[in-house]
Amino acid sequence: MSGFDTIIEGVLLGGVYALFALGLSLIFGIMRLVNLAHGDLILLAAYLVLSATTALGLPLAAAALLIVVTMFVLGFVLQRLVLERVLGDDILPPLLVTFGLSIVIQNGLLLGYGADSRRLQAGAFESSSVMLAPGLSVGLAPLTALVTAIAAVALLQLIFYRTSLGRAFRATADNPAIAQLMGVNERNVYAIAVGLSLAVSVIAAIVFGIRASFDPSIGPARLLYAFEAVIIGGLGSLWGTLAGGIVLGLAQAIGGRINPEWQILAGHLTFLAVLMVRPRGLFPARRA
Amino acid sequence: MTKDHLNVMSFDRRRVLQGIAGGFAAAGTTTLFAPAVQAANKPIKIGYVSPKSGPLAAFAEADDFVLGEFRKFIKDGVKVGSQTYPVEVVTKDSQSNPNRAAEVAKELITRDNVSLIVVGATPETNNPVATQCELEQVPCISTVAPWQTNFIGRQANPGDPKSWKPFDYTFHYFWGLEDVIGVFTSMWSQVATNKSVGALFPNDADGNAWGDTTIGFPPVMAKQGFKLTDPGRFQNLTDDFSSQIAAFRGADSEIITGVIIPPDFTTFWNQARQKGLKPKVVSVAKALLFPASVQALGKGGNNISTEVWWTPTHPYKSSLSGVSAADLAKGYEQASSKQWTQPIGFVHSLFEVAIDAIKRSGDPADGAALAKAIGATKLDTIVGQVAFGSSAVPPFAAKNIAKTPLVGGQWRLNGDRYDMVITDNKLAPQIPLGGDMQALS
Repeated sequence: MSGFDTIIEGVLLGGVYALFALGLSLIFGIMRLVNLAHGDLILLAAYLVLSATTALGLPLAAAALLIVVTMFVLGFVLQRLVLERVLGDDILPPLLVTFGLSIVIQNGLLLGYGADSRRLQAGAFESSSVMLAPGLSVGLAPLTALVTAIAAVALLQLIFYRTSLGRAFRATADNPAIAQLMGVNERNVYAIAVGLSLAVSVIAAIVFGIRASFDPSIGPARLLYAFEAVIIGGLGSLWGTLAGGIVLGLAQAIGGRINPEWQILAGHLTFLAVLMVRPRGLFPARRA
Repeated sequence: MTKDHLNVMSFDRRRVLQGIAGGFAAAGTTTLFAPAVQAANKPIKIGYVSPKSGPLAAFAEADDFVLGEFRKFIKDGVKVGSQTYPVEVVTKDSQSNPNRAAEVAKELITRDNVSLIVVGATPETNNPVATQCELEQVPCISTVAPWQTNFIGRQANPGDPKSWKPFDYTFHYFWGLEDVIGVFTSMWSQVATNKSVGALFPNDADGNAWGDTTIGFPPVMAKQGFKLTDPGRFQNLTDDFSSQIAAFRGADSEIITGVIIPPDFTTFWNQARQKGLKPKVVSVAKALLFPASVQALGKGGNNISTEVWWTPTHPYKSSLSGVSAADLAKGYEQASSKQWTQPIGFVHSLFEVAIDAIKRSGDPADGAALAKAIGATKLDTIVGQVAFGSSAVPPFAAKNIAKTPLVGGQWRLNGDRYDMVITDNKLAPQIPLGGDMQALS
């Protein structure tokens, strides 16, 4: 039974990592932009949801909707006003800019919210669980997180392969110059992609904010796992990112069960092993 | 790679900003305030290093209040013998980074020419500052870290007790590991349990000390008839505690303890409740120091216990201003509209000890004389008596270390906010109890 428990907890943890990674995977796939501020943007979303629920007194669902819209607009503006200026053949400027952004967000949050640990309250939901078998219960909150992660990937996949926006995304990702010749507005496509990425991050923020407490400095630590999930899964593949998150979660849970000292290490080792065996990840997108 | 970038960049940025700020400050003092300064004696400068930003920033949250009160109190200077000296406090941000803490300590010593440095925010801040001070022969007073981290942690070879040497310029007062073990076991014996204890000791300085088989919990547990389940050292910021929970359930642990950072405790406690682990007592250090961290647990934080070093109900008052512990906390709550925190009393006490030593030093500009005066401190402060050379500390450390009282308490939900209720004072009976220890429901 304990073996089952480990695997289930690993998969559930993977759902959380996949949610962290989705937004990152999205803009990396479309724009080849490595967003070093991704962890801090998730944190910013968590603080905004916190403000919406406490200061405005909104229920969590309404707050989530409001902040999804807010973060989408923020992402759009961020791309048009800041990131757009540094995108180009050289990958260093966007890296530096997002790195700077990360520091700005961290210190901005410290100024605005103080250094206290905060958390999103979800009442009885956070401690309730489903009994699968005697002695084997699974928390409702992590289960919901996994289901949400799957739903989010499915929805993004739908957008990618069933809408004209998705066609524009894929075309721009393949070859921005030719996509532009075909009448695709590259600037808008990129801005929408960043907006979408931040909107998805709000889901990650809520799941994370209920699961653990957060303070302004905790963002970069979360970024690492998101990166690993994206790389393990394969660049440009959203289902791959979900799989990558689950592989990472499983590796940590199994490593932790053998010895808690190995928990985090097992995740990193698995990441390295995947890189060695399949440098392009488990499910790389078909395009070169 | 990114880490290095971070350091390099933040240094440059900071330096530029500090340069600008320093320029303004200098201009301000010369043009606006110059006529008011009575230039009889050179001011005594006290350096203060604290983590204003970064993960440890909660420790520095009350700084502005405490320093503001101190500056108000000391505006007419301090009398040393027949001379009156103005007192200045120069503050520096450690950014929660030990390297940065050492850097700013050096700046305080070489650029600001401070007479002494006070510091009180975890070993990550204290130790690098104290190490710089000892090197540069500038007196340093530190607190808010178990004394072992300060005395043993700064030895050339912490593993070899025979090589440990006392320090000449650095002094530290707080409680020690032996006290927190005493307080925790005393709290646990108040509640009827099966004496099976599950331990969450992370792989950091604290976790390794607590789990150490000679100086940590294990030997005391065995002696007092507790059964300790320690699944092993885990990394901080772990996202899954299912293996620890399984081990605790296997051992039927009715008591959970640990020294664990706030986000990890929240993750653990949520997961434990989801998986049906129902301990009778949870006593953790570090995670639940600040009321905000308990508040973050929602209703699930009720009756979780922790070690308590200072509360408004401590029967002490300031040697500087005569203000009581209760009034100091009330002053902070009114000024900040936030709940009081334990570091407030200790940060205040740092300046009590500093001013007391300066007064007795004869010549505050003489580092050796000042260090000698600090070593002779016997002062009733707002956190209790600070006296170096006492028999309460092992002889090898008595010169540099003084102990302040430690009690245990539970966070109790009172309407919307949590109150700290002292439930165990076996080690410090002078501190009044607020109630009895209650089992978790």
